[in-house]
Amino acid sequence: MPVSPLLTRRLLGTTALATAVATRVHAQTLETQTAAAPPPPFPGNIDMQLDVNGRQYQLSFDPRTTLLDALRDHIGLTGTKKGCDHGQCGACTVLVNGVRMNSCLSLAASRDGDKVVTIEGLADDGKLHPMQTSFVHADAFQCGFCTPGQICSAIGMAAELKRGVPSAVTVDFAAQPTASIEEVRERMSGNICRCAAYPNIVAAIISATQGTPK
Amino acid sequence: MKAFTYERATAIDAAVAAGRNPGARFIAGGTNLLDLMKVEVEKPAHLVDISRLPLRGIAETPDGGLAIGALVSNTELAAHPKVRERYPMLARAVVNGASAQLRNQATTGGNLLQRTRCPYFYDVSKPCNKRMPNSGCSALQGVNRMTAVLGGSDACIAAHPSDMAVAMMALDATIETKGGNKDGRRLPVADLYRLPAETPQHETNLEDGELIVSVTLPPPPTGRQTYRKVRDRASYAFALVSVAAILDVDGDRKVRSARLALGGVGTMPWRAHDAENGMAGAEADGKTFATAGAVAVAGAQGRGGNDFKIPLAKRTVARTFADLAAPPSKD
Repeated sequence: MPVSPLLTRRLLGTTALATAVATRVHAQTLETQTAAAPPPPFPGNIDMQLDVNGRQYQLSFDPRTTLLDALRDHIGLTGTKKGCDHGQCGACTVLVNGVRMNSCLSLAASRDGDKVVTIEGLADDGKLHPMQTSFVHADAFQCGFCTPGQICSAIGMAAELKRGVPSAVTVDFAAQPTASIEEVRERMSGNICRCAAYPNIVAAIISATQGTPK
Repeated sequence: MKAFTYERATAIDAAVAAGRNPGARFIAGGTNLLDLMKVEVEKPAHLVDISRLPLRGIAETPDGGLAIGALVSNTELAAHPKVRERYPMLARAVVNGASAQLRNQATTGGNLLQRTRCPYFYDVSKPCNKRMPNSGCSALQGVNRMTAVLGGSDACIAAHPSDMAVAMMALDATIETKGGNKDGRRLPVADLYRLPAETPQHETNLEDGELIVSVTLPPPPTGRQTYRKVRDRASYAFALVSVAAILDVDGDRKVRSARLALGGVGTMPWRAHDAENGMAGAEADGKTFATAGAVAVAGAQGRGGNDFKIPLAKRTVARTFADLAAPPSKD
């Protein structure tokens, strides 16, 4: 039975260490999971389901686990980064039910049944999301550590703009806000880039937001 | 983070019952509580997750006000057409707080109950009367630039951090609760908060297990309203000083009525009734507005690092009222 690279490289290593058991719901992986004989869950563990990038995960873990740790350590999706772990840097930004959030400040248990999209889930069958393409074209990063959070945040931001959510620099609350430099800078202030690639990040977002059909 | 047990409440009654367990805390957005749990300032034995309760609605009340469910996110509150149109001060206060990601998670009820960001409250190696009663206040003689100049005591000068609550104070909002000894009640948001005095660990008048379920805004007062925040950087920073102001000027350019609340300067969101009363009937001019600023901070006590907040608050009040008195332009 073929085993997904995800399950072998990431997940089994994690379960051997211990606090958690993650099981893909597909029949074939359930069999693999049984064969690997994971340690029994600790008493007090909670069971939950998460839809991450369109895949269903059945998870069981310590209630202290944040969504960020669930994604990185239990599911094995390490594209989402842990920067400050206190909601200040935005590196952990993911989309939860289409809305951008700091995954470090959300208990995974609270997200039971939710749909989460991470940087790994943005490309469509190998074709980059327009926001990803725009970041590449605008050279909107240097070291890249903040980039997954920046891109997820930018996609969430574009949806907020489209819905007319105001920001601190929106002058007229009755008007539809636009992706101006001032608006993008304000709306992206929850994502820190210590390389200070901000000018190109703003340019990438404006380009992608204006280029995306509304 | 200390271990805890977790349950998700599916009904308000069940949440209230679960909230009566010893060591239980409600969690909704979690942006503040979880952060404090990570640094072990908060160590709840049991978490009652209320985030799925049906408290996400915003509805008009019969008298023309607005009832806001406690779980309405900060984003949805600021984006709501009725809030933007009729309570622009509130929408502006909300979008001036935190980051967009945090506003998507944080709730209306949670925002009212958020804890101070005084660094000594967060630092478990330092004395702090709020975190550990009778251990002392490190801020009095320490780094106190961000602390309060109004409402403090020798036990605590921690500033209340909320922007939203400042607008709620100016708008005379009322909260509705479930649980507690009376099994639910209504109280003005002004009565939610307590001054630190000798017991800074008690920040609100809520009882153990009492749950905020909604916040009601009365019909908007007449006049123009806004929220101005002064901070160290242009975005995503706590207030040094913030001002929620409403000004109604009559045809003779006299003040018909005014409301004023301040953030960043008080140990609780600070309503300045004396300043408001002094403005009624006065000329809507710079002198009146400067006097209002002075009256608002009468009795303020600086502690060294935060002395600058007193003149800054005066000037911010005067400037904000002056803007409101100017002929309408863009807002």
